[in-house]
Amino acid sequence: MDSAAIVALLTAAVVVGTPLLYAAMGELLTERSGILNLGVEGMMLVGAVLGFMITVNTGNYWYGILAAMFGGGMMAAIHAFISVTLRGNQVVSGLALTIFGTGVSGFMGKPYQGVNISMPFDIINIPVLSKIPVLGPVFFSHNILVYASILIALVLWYILYRTRWGLTIRSVGENPAAADAVGISVSRVRYLCTITGGILAGLAGAYLSLAYAPSWQENMTAGRGWIAVALVIFALWNPLRAILGSYLFGGVEALTFRLQATGVTISPFFLSMFPYILTVLVLVIVTIRLRQEAGAPTALATPYDREER
Amino acid sequence: MPGLKLIKRENESILPKILVPLLAIILAFLSGAIFLSISGFNPGETYIKMFTGAFGSTYALAETIVKAIPLMLAGLAVSLAFRMKLWNIGAEGQIYMGAFAASGLALSFGNLSPWFLLPLMMLAGFTAGGIWGLIPGALRAFWEVNETIITLMLNYIAIFWVDFLVFGPWKDPESLGFPLTPRFSPNAYLPALGDTRVHMGLLIAIAIAVLFFLLIKYTRWGYEIRVIGESRAAAHYAGMDVIKNILLVMAISGGIAGLAGMIEVSGITHRLQPGISPGYGYTAIIVAWLGRLDPFAIIVVAFLFGALLIGGFNLQSYAVPFSIVLILQGAVLFFLLAGEIFMKYRLSVVRKEDQ
Repeated sequence: MDSAAIVALLTAAVVVGTPLLYAAMGELLTERSGILNLGVEGMMLVGAVLGFMITVNTGNYWYGILAAMFGGGMMAAIHAFISVTLRGNQVVSGLALTIFGTGVSGFMGKPYQGVNISMPFDIINIPVLSKIPVLGPVFFSHNILVYASILIALVLWYILYRTRWGLTIRSVGENPAAADAVGISVSRVRYLCTITGGILAGLAGAYLSLAYAPSWQENMTAGRGWIAVALVIFALWNPLRAILGSYLFGGVEALTFRLQATGVTISPFFLSMFPYILTVLVLVIVTIRLRQEAGAPTALATPYDREER
Repeated sequence: MPGLKLIKRENESILPKILVPLLAIILAFLSGAIFLSISGFNPGETYIKMFTGAFGSTYALAETIVKAIPLMLAGLAVSLAFRMKLWNIGAEGQIYMGAFAASGLALSFGNLSPWFLLPLMMLAGFTAGGIWGLIPGALRAFWEVNETIITLMLNYIAIFWVDFLVFGPWKDPESLGFPLTPRFSPNAYLPALGDTRVHMGLLIAIAIAVLFFLLIKYTRWGYEIRVIGESRAAAHYAGMDVIKNILLVMAISGGIAGLAGMIEVSGITHRLQPGISPGYGYTAIIVAWLGRLDPFAIIVVAFLFGALLIGGFNLQSYAVPFSIVLILQGAVLFFLLAGEIFMKYRLSVVRKEDQ
């Protein structure tokens, strides 16, 4: 591979990694508040289909993006209601969300299969920065959704580690009883974080159906929602590491495409397996190296019942 | 500001245990009706078509049972892991691995007597599925690696592996380009019951359910599984080998799902092909949960979900997307989760000050 090909690959890593980043960011925030939402795949699919449908019908992709965020948020609200208010089983509720989202998106999206739209998002070259060799094209020559995802990750990091809000969120995830004792509404924080997480998952879906494909296909997320859940563990619940992880996974997927295109003799089925194998390996290595689920919010997936504190 | 508050019920009554799942199903169908009407379908007519599609004739009923068999097996498989709070959502991949191993035997030793070949295929299917369950099981047991994600990732890997075989080395040269292996020798066919496509797998599934029932109720091992599921720490103090049990449960759970894969290729398709399981492994999770992990309830629920699948397939000839089935499945699970809480608690409106 020459240097131009490497730059192209790294650029593609960012493009392919962006939906993972949005989704991982949403799940990270959700988990920080102590709620495990395994419905990322379902929320992404609903976001993807709504974003596409509204864009096709209104001709305005910003309405599409808003609809996707709304859809993801609504889905997450169901999960929040079951997990927080009803203190139900979060694993099962998340799975239900994935199945439900797959169904809803497939059902509503049926008439939109095969509909084509022109790529709604233009590449914006950041002045000066995009002229830097290698870094310029890789990071500073993308559409607005890519920039927004990086910005959100940075803001999320800042909020979590440098503000009172972040402290509140983290304390709810670590020790809800203590947070409750100092007057924080555990339920409210968990609702807010879960729904915001869903909004980000919806955005991840909209990125796929509007900026990446741009088209709607049943099950078009193809397990990316689950990879995002794994990425949160990889990132040790830190947004900055999540950026790195998303682009790493994006790079692997991009490399897979490229190898297929260049006619490498490896079977395409093995290449398609690769991101999933990588997820397994990464998860195993990270977990073993950091001894158990170090870094995981202590109260993750545990409903809070103030009478049992 | 008034808020909602859950108050623990003094005693769990029996009635809600039957009422809640029933109500969950009814409410799910009502939610489905909303989606149907929005898309311009008449919900009543649609549901009637679904019902007749699933139960309307002997043929329909037989097909419903055919779909229910893998759901029974996979549902039982995941229920065992769920009892220990091991989230095996990898039944789908375990089914594919079981189908792969059984097909390998059927294609290589087709001239063996069915008396040898079928048990061997079952063993192969069980082993392959078992290994696919043991990998995440071992990772969980020794290093606390999250089994939910590993089992799910292994699903994708297994499906691509089977795709690789049927599109590549195992493809039938006479299949006119279709991704299918050659048809098995009849020695590898699981016997059918009567003139229908319903096969021996039904009896195997029921036998496993009985076995599970006895195991959980009457053996020390069943007791250990229950204790470990409640609290690993407690099990550890009681001197139970938690690691061994995780390994064993995940291997058996995967094995039974693998058996479902063997039964599907040997009883129905008679060859390996893509899409051997259209998501049985995922539906099985709902089946297990709706059956409250009870082996006999799982058999009944699997039958209902088989009907849902067949009814859904039937709808496609009326242009209703099959996805309606997934909507119904997801919604049932939501309502059930919500309902379970009302079995334990009651909801009451309280003022902020009272909280």
